[in-house]
Amino acid sequence: MAGLEDLYREIILDHYRSPRNRGELPTPPAHRAEGFNPLCGDEVVVYAEVEGGVVRDVRIGGQGCSISQSSASMMSAAVKGKSVAEARRLLRDFKAMMSIHEASLESDPAESAAEPEPVDLETLGELAALQGVVKFPVRIKCATLSWNTLAQALDEVESGSSAN
Amino acid sequence: MSTTAARRAGLDPLALRRDFPLLTAPRPDGSRLVYLDSAASAQRPAAVLDSMDDYYRTTHANVHRGVYAIAEEATRRFEAARLAAGRLVNAPRPGTEIVFTKNVTEAINLVAYSWGRRNLGPGDAVVLTEIEHHANLVPWLMLAEERGLELRYLPLGEDFRLDLSDLERTLEGAKLLAVTCASNVLGTVVDLAPLAAAAHAAGALVLADAAQLVPHRRVDVTALGVDFLGFTGHKMLGPTGIGVLYGREELLEAMPPFLGGGEMIRDVRLDGFTPNELPWKFEAGTPPIAEAIGLHAAIDYLTAVGIDAVTEHEEQLTALAVKRLSDAYGEDLTVYGPDPAAGPRGGVISFSFKGIHPHDVSQVLDTRGVCVRAGHHCAKPLMRRLGVTATTRASLYLYNDEEDVEALVSALGAVADFFA
Repeated sequence: MAGLEDLYREIILDHYRSPRNRGELPTPPAHRAEGFNPLCGDEVVVYAEVEGGVVRDVRIGGQGCSISQSSASMMSAAVKGKSVAEARRLLRDFKAMMSIHEASLESDPAESAAEPEPVDLETLGELAALQGVVKFPVRIKCATLSWNTLAQALDEVESGSSAN
Repeated sequence: MSTTAARRAGLDPLALRRDFPLLTAPRPDGSRLVYLDSAASAQRPAAVLDSMDDYYRTTHANVHRGVYAIAEEATRRFEAARLAAGRLVNAPRPGTEIVFTKNVTEAINLVAYSWGRRNLGPGDAVVLTEIEHHANLVPWLMLAEERGLELRYLPLGEDFRLDLSDLERTLEGAKLLAVTCASNVLGTVVDLAPLAAAAHAAGALVLADAAQLVPHRRVDVTALGVDFLGFTGHKMLGPTGIGVLYGREELLEAMPPFLGGGEMIRDVRLDGFTPNELPWKFEAGTPPIAEAIGLHAAIDYLTAVGIDAVTEHEEQLTALAVKRLSDAYGEDLTVYGPDPAAGPRGGVISFSFKGIHPHDVSQVLDTRGVCVRAGHHCAKPLMRRLGVTATTRASLYLYNDEEDVEALVSALGAVADFFA
């Protein structure tokens, strides 16, 4: 039986106690997206400022459990300063690590593949600490919440919709 | 032990546990399962399981149609369940005033759809409360948007009971009061009879969400004076998929059907149809036959244990639980709900613990075999009113005892250690 140590690794608790990039960004120029965990009780707000195809700044708001908050914190640190393409790559890899293949969720034929590509955990850095979450399937939604919300914000940037 | 003797002796939760296969199933580490989530769904005694199994094994057939013997018996059992549900809440005419639905949510939607659409129009007011479950909120939000209704809310008072200081003004000109009988978050038991009387005096009908009341307390729809009342099987030891709507006969008579299909018709032509008489007018398609029979078995089980004994047991255990939690954790633990000493209170205990998120609390509790609920409990406006995103919720029922309470208290210690 999976133990709590698998779920709550030290890095996770560290990010939970001292979350990085908490706060807000003025919108515009940043985009604001809000996410609610279907496993109710977590809410996350992602502010993303994208300029020249690069995620210049990220802030995290909202309240949630240690998994959702630490994942959001790690996410913010991982994508800040990266290109949008790199951010999306990290998102895909993170979800693959969570054993969720993006294609099955978004049913985009261009994105779907017969087999998920093996994920190189090196590229995920600190995020690999959340790997233990897969042993607690109900909490996977906690871990992916901020990533899905970031994706919403990036989608808004790409569709050129005005920031709210 | 005879029913009367059992009542006199008080309820014996340890003995009752043995009736519930899931609670007594052997666990890998030999520990006891501490099930504290009956407010979400209760467990099933073997009698309920046996009733449904027996039905399927010996006499399943579609109801109301067959001439052959097993179809007759299936129909008899199904309709007997309806009468039992009516007797449970003292409905004046169980044969016409009890409608089977799939749950309370559907029962409320039925009223919103059939009665609401016909009787509510632009500017009409419906009175709700801040403490409603989404089941008794969202259907009215939907109807309000569609029909231009005005929704008014009775607020939560400082003592975790409803603030009725402005009741008369809130009810003025209202067409409907839709209110919970017992909060699934706070444990507050609403004093419904005077509220219903005030609503009627103002010219409003009354719909009661009794999902958290009927499993735990004696309910008398006549004494309460309600026009509609909903309850559900799976919270009262019955199966999922069966709910009950009580409605006053003259109201149901005047309402158009809810869902259309077979069973709810008398005649169908290519250019129109005639609806069936009550209560089948509101039961389209093949009903949840086995589930209704399971509900009947649950009603019989609860009646044999004695609903008043259940109420008394829960009130005592809840008072003990709140005290033990306070003794053990003091300021570190906040209970959201009325003081058990201050009046009737349901066995629902929502709390915050040391700023640790409910998901994390319930995760650690799970390692100790303690099952609680974490989240917003389908009451987001209430969460906002309490100033929290989510709470942890433990709920008690007839099969819980002091050992379960101690297990919760001690497991919370493990939570504190882990997240210290």
